[in-house]
Amino acid sequence: MNQDDLAIIASESKRDDKLYDHVIKVCVAAGCLSANSEQVKTQLESELKQRGLETCCKVKGVGCMGLCNAGPLVAADANDRMFQSVTPYDAAAIIDNVVDEKPAPPAIVMDSKIDFFTRQKKIVLENCGEIDPERIEDYIAADGYHALFNVITMFKPQGVISQVTRSGLRGRGGAGFPTGLKWTTVAKASGNRKYVICNADEGDPGAFMDRSVLESDPHRVLEGMATAAYAVGADRGFIYCRAEYPLAVKRLRVAIRQAEKLGLLGLNIGDTHFDFRVEVRLGAGAFVCGEETALIASIDGGRGTPKPRPPFPAQQGLWDAPTLINNVETFANIPPIIRKGGEWFASIGTEKSKGTKVFALAGRIKNTGLIEVPMGMTLREIIFKLGGGIPEKRRFKAVQTGGPSGGCVPEQHLDIPVDYDSLASVGSIMGSGGMIVMDETSCMVDVAKFFMDFCMSESCGKCVPCRVGTTQMHSILERITQGQARPKDLELLQRLTGMVKAASLCGLGQTAPNPTLTTLRYFMDEYRAHIEEGRCPAGICHPVPARVEVCA
Amino acid sequence: MRKPVIMPPSDDKRWKIVDGTMRRHGYEPHALIEVLHTVQETFGFLSEDALTYVSASLQVPCSKVYGVATFYHYFAMSPPGKHTCVVCTGTACHIKGSATLLEAVEQIAGIKQGETTKDGNLSLVTARCLGSCGLAPAVVFDGQVTGKITAEIIEQRVRTFLDRDLERELIAVEA
Repeated sequence: MNQDDLAIIASESKRDDKLYDHVIKVCVAAGCLSANSEQVKTQLESELKQRGLETCCKVKGVGCMGLCNAGPLVAADANDRMFQSVTPYDAAAIIDNVVDEKPAPPAIVMDSKIDFFTRQKKIVLENCGEIDPERIEDYIAADGYHALFNVITMFKPQGVISQVTRSGLRGRGGAGFPTGLKWTTVAKASGNRKYVICNADEGDPGAFMDRSVLESDPHRVLEGMATAAYAVGADRGFIYCRAEYPLAVKRLRVAIRQAEKLGLLGLNIGDTHFDFRVEVRLGAGAFVCGEETALIASIDGGRGTPKPRPPFPAQQGLWDAPTLINNVETFANIPPIIRKGGEWFASIGTEKSKGTKVFALAGRIKNTGLIEVPMGMTLREIIFKLGGGIPEKRRFKAVQTGGPSGGCVPEQHLDIPVDYDSLASVGSIMGSGGMIVMDETSCMVDVAKFFMDFCMSESCGKCVPCRVGTTQMHSILERITQGQARPKDLELLQRLTGMVKAASLCGLGQTAPNPTLTTLRYFMDEYRAHIEEGRCPAGICHPVPARVEVCA
Repeated sequence: MRKPVIMPPSDDKRWKIVDGTMRRHGYEPHALIEVLHTVQETFGFLSEDALTYVSASLQVPCSKVYGVATFYHYFAMSPPGKHTCVVCTGTACHIKGSATLLEAVEQIAGIKQGETTKDGNLSLVTARCLGSCGLAPAVVFDGQVTGKITAEIIEQRVRTFLDRDLERELIAVEA
C-alpha cells in the first residue's frame, strides 16, 4: 500500500457514487436505529428494486446527521432534501420526491436551511452523515488516511508535534490540557515501549459526542491515533470504550480489521518502518475510569482506582511505559489539522480556545442532538438559535455543562462565549460537551442531588474525602429536598464542598461539588424555599417540614 | 503463552468461547476484564464457578477477580430474568422524568431496581446513561433501545413481560 494505491481507492469510490443520479442517505447511528431506521433503509432498497430504479438511485447507510429528536432522518441530493420522522411506509413517497420531483407529505419534509444546520461549522463531524461508517473506501474518498500517509512519508515526528502545537488544540475530554504539550512530553520521555490510548469511556450522563463520532466515522479516530503514535514513537494503541456502546465497539472493530487488511494499521504501514497495532478494550460501567490513571488500571485488568500524580501517565503510564492518552474528539481533530495545517485550525475559535467543539444538546430544548460550533459562540446562540429554544413556551432556567464535574449556568450568564476559560469563570467547565437545558419544571436542588447521587455511587472509594464527603453532601441535599433540613445544613454543605474539592485524590472528587456549588451560587432562593418555606418552587420535591416533637 | 492449569467447571460447550478469549490474550492477567465480558455475554452473568475458573486460568487471585467483578456496574453476579427492562437515569432522562417511569415499573412489578421478579420473568435495571439523550427518556426493553417513553408505554410493555398469557397471545398474533 502506498500513496498511489490510496488515490486509486479514493477515485474508484468517487466514480462509483457518480454512477447514480441520486444517493439517498439513511442515518444508521444508534439514535435513529432505535427509531427503526434499518427498516426504513431496507424498505427504500426494496422499493427501488421493485421500480427497477436501483441503477439510478442508491441507498446508503450513513452516520449521525445530528438532529436526533427528528429521527429517523433521511437526506438526498447533497442534503438539499431532508426528511424527518420517516417510517418504512414513507419509502415510496420519498422515492417519488427524489426521482420524480413529486411533492412529499409535509409531515416528513424537513427544512435543511434551519439554524440548527446552517450555523454549524463541521471539522470533527465533517463526515458524519456523509459516509458509510462501515466502508473504509468511503472514508478514503473523503481524504481519509491521506494525512497519515503524508506524516509517515514526509514528516519527522517533531514536525507533526509542531503542527499540533501550532494549532492550539486543547484536550477535548474536558480539562483542556494543550495537546501539543502532552505529545511533546510523551515523545521526550525515555523508554523502549510507548503506548497511545484513546479514551472513549464517555461516562458523563447526558453526553454522546464520542459515541456518535465512533459510530459515524471510526476511521478518523484510528487515523488520529496512528498519527499520534508516529509522533510520540509508540507502536501499540488501545481504545478504551464503554461496553454500553455496543454499536460503536462493533464499528470500531470492523474499521480496525479493514485498515489492517489494507495495510493502514499493523506492521510496516505504507511500506515504511512504522508499526502500529490497535486493540479495543471494553470498559465495564465505571465513571471513574475516565480518569487517566484509573483507565490505565482498568486496561491492566484491575479495579479502576486512580493513583496520585506525578508520575503522570505521559512519563509512566500503562505497564510503566510513557503513555499518551487523548479523548476521541481530540484524535478526531488531528487528520484535518495535518491536512490543512496548524495555522488554519488556529484561525478558528477564540484566543485561548481554538477550533470547534462538538456539543450534545439534550433536556428541555426543541432540537436535541449533536452540533459542532466554533469556540466562542455564545450559550444563548447555541440554545436559542441552533437549539430552537425551550418547547411549550416555558421559561429557560439553566444550562448544565460538563456533567457531574460541571455546573449550572443561569440566564444572566447566557451571553458568555463558550470556551474553556469563560465557562470556568462562571463556575462550570467545558467538560466533554454535554449540554443539558433545564426549564422552570426542573428543581435545582433536585438536580444538585441527582449529580451528587451520581458521584457518590461512582466514587471508587479509595480516598476518604471523596468517599465520605460525597455521601455526606448527598444526605444533606436529600434532607433539604425532603424538607427535613437542619438550621446549619447550608453552612455545613458549603464547608464540605470546599473540603472535598481541595482534598480528593482525583478529578472525580475534586469536581464533584461543582453542580452543588453553582446551584448554591445562582439558585439560593430555591434552597431557601425548601428549607424555610417547605416548598419546592418547581413542584418536583415534596418537602415535608420536620415536626417539632414536644416532650410531655 | 501460559497454559491453563485446570479444566472448565462443566462440560458445557460454552466454556470453549471463554477459553477462546483467554487464548487470544495469551492467558495474560491483564485480560481479566475482557474475559469477564465474554463470560457474561455467554452465560448472562458471572457465577462463582466461572470466577474460580477464570481466576485459576489467568493465575489471578480469587480475591482480585471478585474485587474486579464487583467493582464494575456492568457485571451481574446473579442470573438475569427472562426479560430485562433497563431504565436510563442519565441527566437528560432525569430532567424528562425517568424517576416517574422507574417508580411506575417498581409498582407494577413489585420489585426494586436491580432485582428480578420471583418467577424470573423480569429484571429491572437502571443505566447511568445510554447516550440516547436526544430521545430522552430512553428505556431498553430486551436489548432494544426505545426513546421518548411515556408512563403509558412503559406500563404496557412491562405488563406484557409480566403476564405470560398475554405474552403467548402476542407471540401467536405475530406468528
